[in-house]
Amino acid sequence: MGIKVDIELCTGCGICIDSCPFGAIKVEDDLASIDERCNLCGACVDACDFEAILISDVKEAVIKSDGYEGVWIFAEQRNSKIASVVLELLGEGRKLADKLGVDLSAVVFGENIESSAKELVRYGADKIYIVDDPVLKDFNDEIYSEILTDLIQEHKPEVVLCGATAIGRSFIPKVSARLKTGLTADCTGLDIDNEKRCLLQTRPAFGGNIMATIICPDERPQMATVRHKVMKKALYDPNRKGEIIKKSFNGLSMDLRSKVIETVEEIGDMVNITEADIIVSGGRGLQEPKNFRLIEELAKTLGGAVGASRASVDAGWIPYAHQVGQTGKTVCPKLYIACGISGAVQHLVGMQSSDVIVAINIDKDAPIFDVATFGIVGDLFKVIPEFVKRFRELKG
Amino acid sequence: MNIVVCIKQVPETTSVKINKDTNTLVREGTKSIINPFDMYALEEGLRIREKSGGRVVVISMGPPQAEEALREAVSYGVDDVFLLSDRAFAGSDTLATSRTLACGIEKTGDFDLILCGKQAIDGDTAQVGPGIAENLDIPFVAFVRKIRELDNHTLKVERMMDDGYDVLEVSLPGLITVVKEINEPRMPSLKGKMRAKSINIPIWGVADLDMSDSETGLKGSATQVIKIFTPIRDGKREILEGSIEEQIDLLINKLNDLKVV
Ligand SMILES: Cc1cc2nc3c(=O)[nH]c(=O)nc-3n(C[C@H](O)[C@H](O)[C@H](O)COP(=O)(O)OP(=O)(O)OC[C@H]3O[C@@H](n4cnc5c(N)ncnc54)[C@H](O)[C@@H]3O)c2cc1C
Ligand SMILES: Nc1ncnc2c1ncn2[C@@H]1O[C@H](COP(=O)(O)O)[C@@H](O)[C@H]1O
Repeated sequence: MGIKVDIELCTGCGICIDSCPFGAIKVEDDLASIDERCNLCGACVDACDFEAILISDVKEAVIKSDGYEGVWIFAEQRNSKIASVVLELLGEGRKLADKLGVDLSAVVFGENIESSAKELVRYGADKIYIVDDPVLKDFNDEIYSEILTDLIQEHKPEVVLCGATAIGRSFIPKVSARLKTGLTADCTGLDIDNEKRCLLQTRPAFGGNIMATIICPDERPQMATVRHKVMKKALYDPNRKGEIIKKSFNGLSMDLRSKVIETVEEIGDMVNITEADIIVSGGRGLQEPKNFRLIEELAKTLGGAVGASRASVDAGWIPYAHQVGQTGKTVCPKLYIACGISGAVQHLVGMQSSDVIVAINIDKDAPIFDVATFGIVGDLFKVIPEFVKRFRELKG
Repeated sequence: MNIVVCIKQVPETTSVKINKDTNTLVREGTKSIINPFDMYALEEGLRIREKSGGRVVVISMGPPQAEEALREAVSYGVDDVFLLSDRAFAGSDTLATSRTLACGIEKTGDFDLILCGKQAIDGDTAQVGPGIAENLDIPFVAFVRKIRELDNHTLKVERMMDDGYDVLEVSLPGLITVVKEINEPRMPSLKGKMRAKSINIPIWGVADLDMSDSETGLKGSATQVIKIFTPIRDGKREILEGSIEEQIDLLINKLNDLKVV
C-alpha cells in the first residue's frame, strides 16, 4: 500500500488517530500503524506534526485525454418531461466547458422528445444528441446504458455528468463499469484543474460530515452524478443557436433481460422531495397520523413538499417515499422546516445541507436547534396554524 | 434458489462527527455496524429462502474486522459467509470493489439472485450493486421496495423512483438493491448466535480469486481521493423570541429577506 509510518519520526502521540475519518489508525508501543480501512486521503499526513506519515506510489495525475474532448450532460426525462436537474447540469456544464475551452453537449433519450430537447440549446448546450424511439419512452437500465455507452465510445467526451436522481444513480454506474472508468456519486461541487485538465469532484461522505475531493486521473471520460438543487440553473437565452444531432436506435446487441411493465406516479409533486425548493417535515411530535394535515397545509401554503422523520414513517403515519435521512432520502432544498422532529443524527445527515433550516420544537434542548438557522421553541399545534394564517395574510 | 447477499461493515454515523469548537473530526470509539440498508437485503434473502428453499450466502469485502459483521449475519440464520480480505484490496474505489466482489461471488458457486443494500452509509455511492451486475453481466434493478413475484426464472419487483414507482420484470440470475420499505429485519436467534460464535469463516485474498494486483485495490481503481475536509457551515443560528405572533412575523420577514419564500 502507498502509505507508510516512519518508525524513526513517529512519536506515538496519536494526533493522527483523530484525524482519520476511516478509523484506520491505531497506536501501539508508541508507534502508529495504519490498516486496510485507509483510503489514502492524506488527512493524517497533514495532521502529523512530525512528518512521520508518508504517502507514496500514488498515481501521478497525468493528462490522458487521448482524443477525448467535450463536456456531456445526460438530460433525463420522465413522462416526456425533462427533469429539472438537467437545467442545473447545463448551468454547471457550461462553466466547465468554458474553462476547458470545449463544447457542451446534451444527450436526450425518449419518445417524441425532439421539441423539448431542442429547448436545451437555449439553456446553453452547443450540441444536442437525440435518440428518439418508442422503446426509450420509459427508463430501462439495460437499454439506456447500452446506448449511452455506445455514444460515449463513438464521440469520446472527456466529462460526462448526470443528475443524482433515481434514474441517474440506477444506470450511470453500469455505464462507467462498462467503460471501466471512474464515477463519483452525488457531487455537490465541480471544478476544473486547468493545469492537469482534470475534473475536481467534491462530494459529501459520512452523511455530509466530511467532504472529499476526488479525481479520475487516468481514465476517460471522467464521470459524475450531481446532486439536485446545489448547482445554479442555466439562464434561458431565446436567441442561442446550436446543433441538433439525431441518432437512431438500431436495436440491442443482446436480448433484453428486464422490462418495465408499469410506471406509477404517486400523488404528484407532494412526494417528490428531492426536487422541492421547500420542504416541511413532520416528526413524532405530531402525535397522531391525522395531524400530518397540519404539515400538508403549511407545505401547500408555502408551495412546498412534505417530508418526514423515520419515527413518523415507521409509525405508519406517512409513506416511506417522504422519509428524510440516512435510511431515507437526502435532500437539499432552499428551505427546510422541521416540525416536532428531535434532530437525531440519522435525520440530520439527510437535511443538514439545506440552505435555510427552520426548527419548531417544544423542547429547547432538542438537537435540531444546533443546525437550525431559525428556531422557534414552541408547541407546533399553535405555531403552525399561526404561521399559515400570517403567511396567507401577508402574501394574500 | 441460491441467494447471495453483499454486506458492508460501516462505522455507525454517530461515531463520525465534527467537534464544533475545533472543526475537526471526532470519532467516539470506532463502533461498527452492518450497513443499515444491507440488513434489509439480508432479511429479504432469508424470507425468500423460507418461501422457496435454497441457501443464503453472505459475502463481505473489507479489513479482517469485517468478520464481526459476517458473524452477526450468521446469527440471523444465513447458511454460509465469506470474507474477501487482502492488503491488495485496500484503497479500492467502487470500480475495483465491484470487480472484486463479482469474482468473490462467482467463487461461492451458482447463484440465482444477488441482493445488495441501496447504498452504504459511509460512502453513499449506490454504485457497487450495479457495478457487480455489470461485471457478472446480469440484469439489475435499483431501489427495490417490494418483490411481487419470484419463481426460478423471473422476478417481478417494484422500483422506487423519485416521483412514484415502476414495476419491472427481470430474468434470473439477476441483482437487486433494496430500500428500507421492503421489510422489517428480524432479531438474531439463539441458535444463530451459538453458531455465529463457532463458525469458521473462509477468508479469500487476491490469489484465491484469481485476480491480479492491477485489477483491485488502489491500482485497480480509476478514482483517487485527493483531499478530505470538513464542510463549512455558516454559524448563524438564531432562536426567535417574543410571543408566537411576534416570532412568526419575525420568521416570515427573515425568510422574505433571504428570498426563500
Ligand atoms: C440505522 C438507523 C437509521 C435511521 N435512519 C433514519 C432516517 O433516515 N431518518 C430519520 O428521520 N431517522 C432515522 N433514524 C431514527 C433516528 O435515530 C430517530 O429515532 C428519529 O429521527 C426520531 O424521529 P422524530 O424526531 O420524529 O421523533 P422523536 O425523537 O421522538 O422527536 C419528537 C420531537 O417532537 C418534539 N415535540 C413533541 N411534541 C411537540 C409539540 N407539541 N410541538 C413541538 N414539538 C413537539 C419533541 O420535543 C421531540 O424533540 C435511524 C435510526 C437508525 C438506528
Ligand atoms: N466492501 C463491500 N463488501 C460487501 N458488499 C459491499 C461492499 N461495498 C458495497 N457493498 C454492497 O453494495 C451496496 C452499495 O454500496 P455503495 O455502492 O458503496 O454505496 C451496499 O449496500 C452493499 O450491499
